[in-house]
Amino acid sequence: MHAISFDVAKILAGSLVLTSFLMIYQVRLLALLNVLGVHAFVLALAVAWQAHVQAAPELYITAAITLIFKSALIPEALRRIVVRLGLHREIENVTSLGLVMLAGVGLVALSLEVMLPVTAQADPLTRTDIALALSVVLLGLLMMVTRRNAVSQVAAFLSLENGIDLAAAGARGMPLVVEISIAFSVLVAFLVIGVFLFRIRERFDTVDMHALDAFRGDRK
Amino acid sequence: MIATLFGILAFLVLGLIGVFRGRDANGIVYGASLGISAALGIVGLRALFGAAPATLVLPLGLPWIGAHFRLDALAGFFLLVVNLGGVGASLYGIGHGRHERDAARVLAFYPWFLATLNLVVVADDAFTFLFAWELMSVVSWALVLAHHRDPANIRAGFVYLVMASLSGLVLLLVFGLLAGANGGYAFTLMRAARPTPGIAGVAFVLALLGTGAKAGLMPLHAWLPLAHPAAPSHVSALMSGVMTKVAIYAFVRIAFDVLGDLSQWSAVVVLALGGATAGLGILHALMESDLKRLLAYSTVENVGIIFIGLGLAMAFRASGFAAGAALALTAALFHVFNHAIYKSLLFFGAGAVLSATGERDMERLGGLIHRLPQTSFAMLIGCAAIAALPPLNGFVSEWLTFQAILLRPALPQWGLKLMIPADGALLALTAALTGACFVKLFGIAFLGRPRSDAARDAHEVDRFSRAAMLGAALLCLLLGLLPGVLVDALAPVARELLGVRLAEQMALPWLSLIPIAAVRSSYNGLLVFLFIVLATSLTILAIHRFASRAIRRAPAWDCGFPDTSPITQYTGASFAQPIRRVFAASLLGARETVFMPPPGDMAPARIEKTLSDPLWEALYAPLGVWIAWLADRLNHLQFLTIRRYLAFVFVALVALLLALALWQ
Amino acid sequence: MPPLFVSFLAQGGQMAFVLLAAPLFTGFVRKVKARLQRRRGASIMQPYRDLRRLIGKEAVVADNASWLFRTAPYLIFALIWVAASLVPTFASGLMFSWTGDLIAIIALLGAARFLLALAGLDIGTGFGGIGASREMMISSLAEPAMLMIVVTLALIVGSTQLATIAEFLRSGAAGLRVSLALALFALVIVALAENGRFPVDNPATHLELTMVHEAMVLEYSARHLAMLELAAWLKLLLTMSLIAAIFFPFGMAGGGDGAIDLGGFARGALAWGGKLVVAGALLGVFETAIAKMRVFRVPGLLGIALMLGLLGTLLLYVSRGL
Repeated sequence: MHAISFDVAKILAGSLVLTSFLMIYQVRLLALLNVLGVHAFVLALAVAWQAHVQAAPELYITAAITLIFKSALIPEALRRIVVRLGLHREIENVTSLGLVMLAGVGLVALSLEVMLPVTAQADPLTRTDIALALSVVLLGLLMMVTRRNAVSQVAAFLSLENGIDLAAAGARGMPLVVEISIAFSVLVAFLVIGVFLFRIRERFDTVDMHALDAFRGDRK
Repeated sequence: MIATLFGILAFLVLGLIGVFRGRDANGIVYGASLGISAALGIVGLRALFGAAPATLVLPLGLPWIGAHFRLDALAGFFLLVVNLGGVGASLYGIGHGRHERDAARVLAFYPWFLATLNLVVVADDAFTFLFAWELMSVVSWALVLAHHRDPANIRAGFVYLVMASLSGLVLLLVFGLLAGANGGYAFTLMRAARPTPGIAGVAFVLALLGTGAKAGLMPLHAWLPLAHPAAPSHVSALMSGVMTKVAIYAFVRIAFDVLGDLSQWSAVVVLALGGATAGLGILHALMESDLKRLLAYSTVENVGIIFIGLGLAMAFRASGFAAGAALALTAALFHVFNHAIYKSLLFFGAGAVLSATGERDMERLGGLIHRLPQTSFAMLIGCAAIAALPPLNGFVSEWLTFQAILLRPALPQWGLKLMIPADGALLALTAALTGACFVKLFGIAFLGRPRSDAARDAHEVDRFSRAAMLGAALLCLLLGLLPGVLVDALAPVARELLGVRLAEQMALPWLSLIPIAAVRSSYNGLLVFLFIVLATSLTILAIHRFASRAIRRAPAWDCGFPDTSPITQYTGASFAQPIRRVFAASLLGARETVFMPPPGDMAPARIEKTLSDPLWEALYAPLGVWIAWLADRLNHLQFLTIRRYLAFVFVALVALLLALALWQ
Repeated sequence: MPPLFVSFLAQGGQMAFVLLAAPLFTGFVRKVKARLQRRRGASIMQPYRDLRRLIGKEAVVADNASWLFRTAPYLIFALIWVAASLVPTFASGLMFSWTGDLIAIIALLGAARFLLALAGLDIGTGFGGIGASREMMISSLAEPAMLMIVVTLALIVGSTQLATIAEFLRSGAAGLRVSLALALFALVIVALAENGRFPVDNPATHLELTMVHEAMVLEYSARHLAMLELAAWLKLLLTMSLIAAIFFPFGMAGGGDGAIDLGGFARGALAWGGKLVVAGALLGVFETAIAKMRVFRVPGLLGIALMLGLLGTLLLYVSRGL
């Protein structure tokens, strides 16, 4: 294992974390979708690099799937939805972005602090990858919690899924079947959510999750 | 040692003169205080470099215990800080005291205050220490209430008294815990006793509470911005510059000397509180428009910075990294010294503004640089020093603190791993906000155009006040140019408490400051200063020699809209508005409401800002309500028959006996 | 050790060099922007002409200006000049590079900003106040972000000496690191904010509602204005050199203990010039491509830089390899 391949893997995983932060920071929907594309692109690079280093050709397929679906098709489709819904000028109002970012920094530190000792015996190449992948997952969750707009929640969910992919690529790859089925499930989730977005919009004239809260059945 | 006690005695006598002679004794009291402080400062300096600590036991105080006094390097350093502040304040007082309305009330207590400050530092047993500590609280409380007709001051005095009692009570418990069942009340015995980790932990938390309450550590800072501004300005300077330092001395004495080894968690607590205090303190200061309250909040901030340094030293010591601990401790004590000087200077300046204009509110000041040129110059130096700008002294201590943060030894404990970088960020944020805060103070109060008649007609203050301010400013500059002097002077303290010291600095070529190694970091204030002076004078010379030196005075340009009324200037509140929106909205609950009159109505539109202290609302207000409720319930105990009182006594006696029986 | 005066000469040479190069760099960036906007643009030498014109004029000073207003431009210029002379350009480890480390350089820039904000408040006009107030808001986030970047670097290298940092990173011993990537990203944001470039401020005009730097210097004219302009250009050059010295340190002459190596200096100067051309072109493209931000969006941007700096530091405290 060369030091340089090690370093590049770390840089790519770190860039994924960085892009997650950029997503949290981005409050304009269209720009957010652009960053989502970049997020998946960085993931594709990271997975491809793992494929190269681990000499695992099946990971190239994962990378290709990521590149085509997650970094190009899905953001593009979401963009169309946003434009059709007339949300492209929307600016989300996230209260105290600074505190959210600070919480994000804390989450990254926490996941490193938890994962690094646990995986002490693991391959050093994948060790930091897994720790950083957990950060990406946590950051995705954080973003889902703090956003109200359904589209940005979808974007957050997709970034979360990217984190899982990174972990999987680090762990010498999942079996290809699993990988493909996950990709499909994401696609289905995306389609369902997309359809729902339109339906919700038709019914309630908004995709602000906060506004939908009033219609919950379990509330009196 | 004997000299110190004689000095303290002289202060006490001087107070009596103040009582009997009143206003006529102004010159005598302050002049003599100046002399005694100077002498005691020299004693402190000698103790700092002295070989062995001087000790003395007098047959005073509690029987069989006596009053122990000790003057080691740490006490010597703080004696120096206290009396340096004393010299400045006394010099300032000679002039400033003449304007005092209630001269007798200040003159009587001022020397006593200095006496108690000195006494705390040299006390070496729990009884003497607590006696001096409480006396210090009471005397300073009396000084806070010097102008007791102002209702705001009465409230300040009340809050201060409550907090001071709390601090004294908690420290009493600390010493009780440490002395143990056998009652070893001398610090020497406590040092040797080595308490169990559990007791040491409890004692440490209590000591942090007790000393932190006096120093202004959050969340126990609430009294400080009320009490410090209420006193006359030179007393404010002593309270902010010196009394908080005496509290820090008590913390260092207990945490580093008496308690000895502490767990790493204690360092995490200190670091967290220090960071929060620094950040929130300066944010509060930025929101203030009252000069003296702003300075008091800035004192809270500086106490936070000092506690960050102390927390680092504790963390490094607990991790067995003595050299790093020495650096962090030196940084913290350097900051103690710095803050004593420039905070005194700034309070002197605020006092000068107060006596020249009668105003403390910066929204009614402005343009004072034309009316009070020397005061303004000294204040500019003070503002730049506290904003940690090179080549002044404030920069050196923050630089040293950063160097300590950058050491990064192998820390086994995850709390420290997260807390030290977080404190680094908070320190950086605090430094930047301090810059903004003191741009606001100087820019709004001293620059621009006068916003009131009082500011327009102000006159420069007397020469004693100016001498005190300019002297402090000079000291700020000198310490910034030759920081090695103070770092070397702190070496005995570090060696005494930690067993190691930093390398000698004054022997280095070019008088650089190199705390660890030259490849690691170095700073040379002297050369930076020389470069700046050279570059400035070269430029001025070149421009004036080879280019134009023609100058023409004209009305302000202001993009073609020169406004005639000074009200159109930026005020302190508007200056702080962006920062208020960015930081204070979530942290201090800052809100802005705009009142627009309906169309057709000629009433002016108004903007109102509200600010709340979440700490006060979450902690102090419920506590106050709770205590009031409890007091109401307990009130009827005052109206019982004698039989019931006897029953209480009887039950208490039986309960104690039972407890004793069960204990064995 | 070379003779003392040669070392002095190299240090003095560096100081004169940055002073002469600063207007050129600004002229170059302006030219790039003009060409991208399909204008012909002024000559690259225009900033020199502006300076010459300005210092020859009679200074108009407001009636109620204090001594601070008149001395501030010279002091600000001197502070930034001293800071710029401590940043390695063509060679690292010059004679007086140990006078101040990276923290001191940041603090020197902070001192210049402190004075500039005060100068903006001195006349007591609305424009000066708005500029000073906003400048301090921006710096209250940009300066800590910058310091956290320094902390990140210093933790990797084990030094805050710029010369040591440059040497260490040039040797490749640090390798590629996540924290370095974060620091670079943050440093670019901070550099844009510190120099009042897009998307934080518009360097070309003061007739805009988010003005910061130009509003503070509104009352200045003639030689005072010339000093402030030159200081601003010098600061831009300084930040660019700083990024180059830290993240792209190749080609720089290694001075070590003040050794003199003319060939190395020449190569270093060439490499430095090349890096600046690239940086200037990138800056021009970036500024043309991006729109200016609303002023209260700026804290969010700078908050990112601060968070990334903090994240880099945390990573290094948690794991030494990152």
